[in-house]
Amino acid sequence: MNKVATAAAPKKARGGSRIGRFLADNGALVGLFVLGLALFIATPDFLTGPNLLNIGIQASVIAVLAFGLTFVIVAAGIDLSVGSVAALSAMGSAWIFSEGSMPGWIALIGGLAIGALSGAVSGFAVAYGRLPSFIATLAMLSIARGLTLVISEGRPIGTAPEVSFLGGDLGVIPMPIIVLVVAGLVAAFILNFTVMGRYMYAVGGNKEAARLSGVPVRKVLVTVFTLSGLFAGLAGLLLSGRLDSAQPQAAVGYELDAIAAVVIGGASLAGGIGRISGTLVGALVLVVIRNGLNLLNVSSFWQQVVIGLVIAVAVGIDSLRRKNQPH
Amino acid sequence: MKFSAPRKAAVLTMSLALALSATACNRGEEGAEGSTSATLALSTLNNPFFVELRDGAEAAAEEAGIELEVVDAQNDSATQTNQLATAATSGTDGVIINPVDSDAAAAAVAPLIDADVPVVAVDRAVNGAEVESLVSSDNVAGGRQAADALAEAMGEEGKVIVLQGVAGTSASRDRGAGFEEGIAAYPNIEVVAKQTANFDRAEALNVATNLLQANPDVTGIFAENDEMALGAIQALGDRAGSEVKVVGFDGTEDGLAAIEAGTMTATIAQQPAELGKRSVEVLEQLLAGETVEATIPVPVTTVNSENVGEFTE
Repeated sequence: MNKVATAAAPKKARGGSRIGRFLADNGALVGLFVLGLALFIATPDFLTGPNLLNIGIQASVIAVLAFGLTFVIVAAGIDLSVGSVAALSAMGSAWIFSEGSMPGWIALIGGLAIGALSGAVSGFAVAYGRLPSFIATLAMLSIARGLTLVISEGRPIGTAPEVSFLGGDLGVIPMPIIVLVVAGLVAAFILNFTVMGRYMYAVGGNKEAARLSGVPVRKVLVTVFTLSGLFAGLAGLLLSGRLDSAQPQAAVGYELDAIAAVVIGGASLAGGIGRISGTLVGALVLVVIRNGLNLLNVSSFWQQVVIGLVIAVAVGIDSLRRKNQPH
Repeated sequence: MKFSAPRKAAVLTMSLALALSATACNRGEEGAEGSTSATLALSTLNNPFFVELRDGAEAAAEEAGIELEVVDAQNDSATQTNQLATAATSGTDGVIINPVDSDAAAAAVAPLIDADVPVVAVDRAVNGAEVESLVSSDNVAGGRQAADALAEAMGEEGKVIVLQGVAGTSASRDRGAGFEEGIAAYPNIEVVAKQTANFDRAEALNVATNLLQANPDVTGIFAENDEMALGAIQALGDRAGSEVKVVGFDGTEDGLAAIEAGTMTATIAQQPAELGKRSVEVLEQLLAGETVEATIPVPVTTVNSENVGEFTE
């Protein structure tokens, strides 16, 4: 429970100034600013209104996926299926609309339901089947991708207008950014201001201690995976909405981006630590790097190297900082 | 590690589920009854192009009375190697391989060649192993054709960005090389940026948006496949087709629809169904003891608003 307490309450007076403490607690945010500053110096195209909106739009899918994943990682689990579940939700939604000839709003809700259901299945396998989450969600990764192919027969399907709206604009503000903000606020609320959210930290900090203090561990586990699936479903709808079509190969490998975003954001894969705001910053770091590399026209061979290095450095600095920090 | 019985059962069920989900999408439709059987080992069915290739091959196999088993490697070289090893031991009469990776495929086909099973490569070559024949589109010529189509639409002047495919794949290399060669003939056209979007529509939407930020005065985009061209069109919005000309590659259903809608200027149509059909025909010839050419080019065609009707039917 020690970790829970650390994560829950802001730290009492430690050495160093208020600013120093803020920087130490927000390593990823500092990294994001340094990255932004470097790009601002390197190219005049980076710090422009339209480009910042682009970054927001491009971060939306990964950020929403990563928000859902944050619940799981806080509870000391992992969800490898988020990319596949996103694709399945998008494809299921498009299928309900195009092949099932149902109204668009049913397709929208159906897509979210498919995501939540897939997550719940993983959750039950972990909580009651006692499978390690790595294995359960690895199975779901394959099952969801396979079902996506079965439904689509390997071809893209057009989305409902209600889903496409998610990828469009509301006045001057792009919808993906609105979805990103709303999803982030909801996720942060669940994690910080609900009993279930506090239970997630408790289970992640020490499962046995949580169980002994009366936390319904299995219920918590099912909840975190269901939420992860629901957010993955939303991310899938967002992605297909941006393209006006659900792609069978959509979001392949996105689970790795989502994990990277959560970890860059300061969460611990050992559980008990993690914040939605950190995850958002992590997603922005990944997107800003890709955006910057495009703007600078860096060779595609080098891009993967650079992205890998930034992840390693970001997480490396963060874990060094944690080591020097009293618990 | 100790497992309790129910836990063991759960693990077993899960792995079974895994295995089932992997095979469920692999199983092609049963071919017609026939004495000869063949295996079509595809890199992926997660792409309309290879689905069409499979459909063409299945139709040709049915006509020839060959029982065609289709396996899907899901873009994993190791899976493909295993599938071919299985094919070699299951007594298949011939194999058509669409390699996940041209280099890795050599080891995969070696046991087949040792067992004197004829192997035909389709769409991508097998490097370093003697397959009987390669049936493929001419990607370099296609790249040149794309350059001509784009240059013509742009009035032979202006700035161009190129969306590249998966780095290091032969399709990306050949199309890119052909395009570069072709566009060099137009001195007033400048390629201002080249970036990869990994043949993916969603990624192309992001990458094209980013590149248009850095190069707002671009009037032409060449994408090394239609999926990326469609992502670029999404990024361009109303400007696609009018202010900015987009040329893709592959001639997929969605690509052809974009040409009909006027948002895409041209695409270089490969004929995936024809690739599948030709490869089965070549295998049929081999099984009949005939000799075949080492490379069998399947023509690519420039599709634009004038001839798009012939391809959509």
